[in-house]
Amino acid sequence: MPNSTTAGGFLLVLAIVLPVVGVLLSLALGGRHAERVALILMPAGLAVAVAIAAGVWRTDNVLQYFVGGWDPPLGVAFRADGLSAAMILTAALLICGIGLFARTQFPSPQEVETRAPLVFWTLLLAVWGALNAVFIGGDLFNLYVALELLTFAAVPLVCLDGRPETLAAALRYLLFALLGSILYLLGAVLLYGAYGTLDIVLLSGRIHPAPVAWVAISLMTTGLLAKAALYPFHLWLPPAHAGAPAPASAILSGLVVKAPFFLVVRLWFDVMPRMPERAAAQVLGILGAAAILFGSVVALRQMRLKLLIAYSTVAQIGYLFLMFPLAVRPETGNPWSTVAWTGGVLQAISHAFAKAAMFMAAGLIAEALGHDRISGLAGIGRALPITVFAFGLGGLSLMGLPPSGGFVAKAMLLTAAVAAGQWWWAVVVLTGGLLAGGYVFLVLARALSDSSEPLTLLSTISPSRQAVVVVLALCAVLLGFVPLRPLELLQIGRPATVVVGFR
Amino acid sequence: MSSVTVYGLCSAVLVGLGLFSLIVHPQPLRKILAFNLIGGGVFLLFGVVARRGAEGGFGGDPVPQALVITGLVVAFAATALAVALLLRLFQETGRATLRSDG
Repeated sequence: MPNSTTAGGFLLVLAIVLPVVGVLLSLALGGRHAERVALILMPAGLAVAVAIAAGVWRTDNVLQYFVGGWDPPLGVAFRADGLSAAMILTAALLICGIGLFARTQFPSPQEVETRAPLVFWTLLLAVWGALNAVFIGGDLFNLYVALELLTFAAVPLVCLDGRPETLAAALRYLLFALLGSILYLLGAVLLYGAYGTLDIVLLSGRIHPAPVAWVAISLMTTGLLAKAALYPFHLWLPPAHAGAPAPASAILSGLVVKAPFFLVVRLWFDVMPRMPERAAAQVLGILGAAAILFGSVVALRQMRLKLLIAYSTVAQIGYLFLMFPLAVRPETGNPWSTVAWTGGVLQAISHAFAKAAMFMAAGLIAEALGHDRISGLAGIGRALPITVFAFGLGGLSLMGLPPSGGFVAKAMLLTAAVAAGQWWWAVVVLTGGLLAGGYVFLVLARALSDSSEPLTLLSTISPSRQAVVVVLALCAVLLGFVPLRPLELLQIGRPATVVVGFR
Repeated sequence: MSSVTVYGLCSAVLVGLGLFSLIVHPQPLRKILAFNLIGGGVFLLFGVVARRGAEGGFGGDPVPQALVITGLVVAFAATALAVALLLRLFQETGRATLRSDG
């Protein structure tokens, strides 16, 4: 680990500053220019993300930046390891795709200034900046601020159309998020009180098993679970994600819930690599398993397409937390730890692409039909074949069928579960896959059946928007073709003690 | 009992009260107030930590005080956003409750 700002460290600053500049410019220039500002900044942000990933890959080490030249513990560090680089790249690709998709839905107002486009484009950039801040934050308090920024940017996206039920959903989301953030902050102050630093690297050297550390980590993990909507904290997610406009749902389901998950990974594997107890990790695994089974079964029973996809998010978040019982404490003889860890992270990335594509496909279908009742989907497969194809591709990844990113991720979790002798997680992964197959098939079967009366579409859907959705769904599938070598990117910068038998 | 212990206990009581009412009361406004109560407890804990750091011979640890200011701003912004949403919900529907919560 380098102990000063590395070459290329300024890229990390750019990753936060570019979106923030965009937010300020949009506010100053007004709704007529917000879209243009966002569209100009997207390629620039994507280039920065690619440069960060390339920098981490080339130097085989973390990129680091000390703000103001002050070293931790007094200063604040930004660090990008392989995991951060992968998440930053995922976020940049998705935000660009979602931005292209949203152009027709939130066009720049010509005559009278309207609020929705300004709010959408500004918040899109704000979410992007906050996500990058979460991914590169090296200081637990700084991460708290980044998480809060993310929440404040994400909550208004839920109620963009101002309907009462979306307002209620946004308020419920905010209340859960506030509980989560205050618990996280309580844990952070306890850690500072006990160890005198909030810097992740310094803390990982000082922390040792003691009651205060346990209490702090439990509080922080619980808070993050509330924000990540892991069962039983999932209550806010389905109405919020299903009620938002399609591009906003794609951001919320694809990216925003991944940020608290990312922080749980940071806490458990970077802040205290030697500490986690098997028993505590089993609890996370059990909650994950409950989320998979509950979310999938409830998804099967939904009448509306967007709610079905939202409950599927509840289930897929469960998979993320299966990595904890399989990946903690590698030094006590768990050689498959790294495989499970990589599987969990890959699940987060492939789910981001797949779910964003599915929400946007559902949005296009709802736009064409004027509703999103699953029972009324007959004939849409003939009217919007590309969109339904993209939905199916996304579903492929959720089910974990080859070839897709979801397949590789779930295969890794399965392998680790069987190899570690914890076969019960394998049963959950397989059952969840079957149930996912059930609800994806339910939709596709309806969509591909012929309708009795000719279908009247409310609006024609431009091929370019359908193309964006297909490209994002293809990204989720292509992740399955990525050979294992690039996955080494994820291991860069991880503590050497926890990376076993992979490189 | 030293002042640090007293303040530490006060902060624990505030956090406990806040958590209790956050979980028990279904009304969103109560929940927002409860969140602020927990926040008060956490910020008091920051003060306790700063004071304890002073046992190292310094007049006080300045880092937690800097953190508290940021934390206050964030909590204030969060409260403002929550109240704004609640007001809008009241204007639209005439009630300030979340149905399935009640």
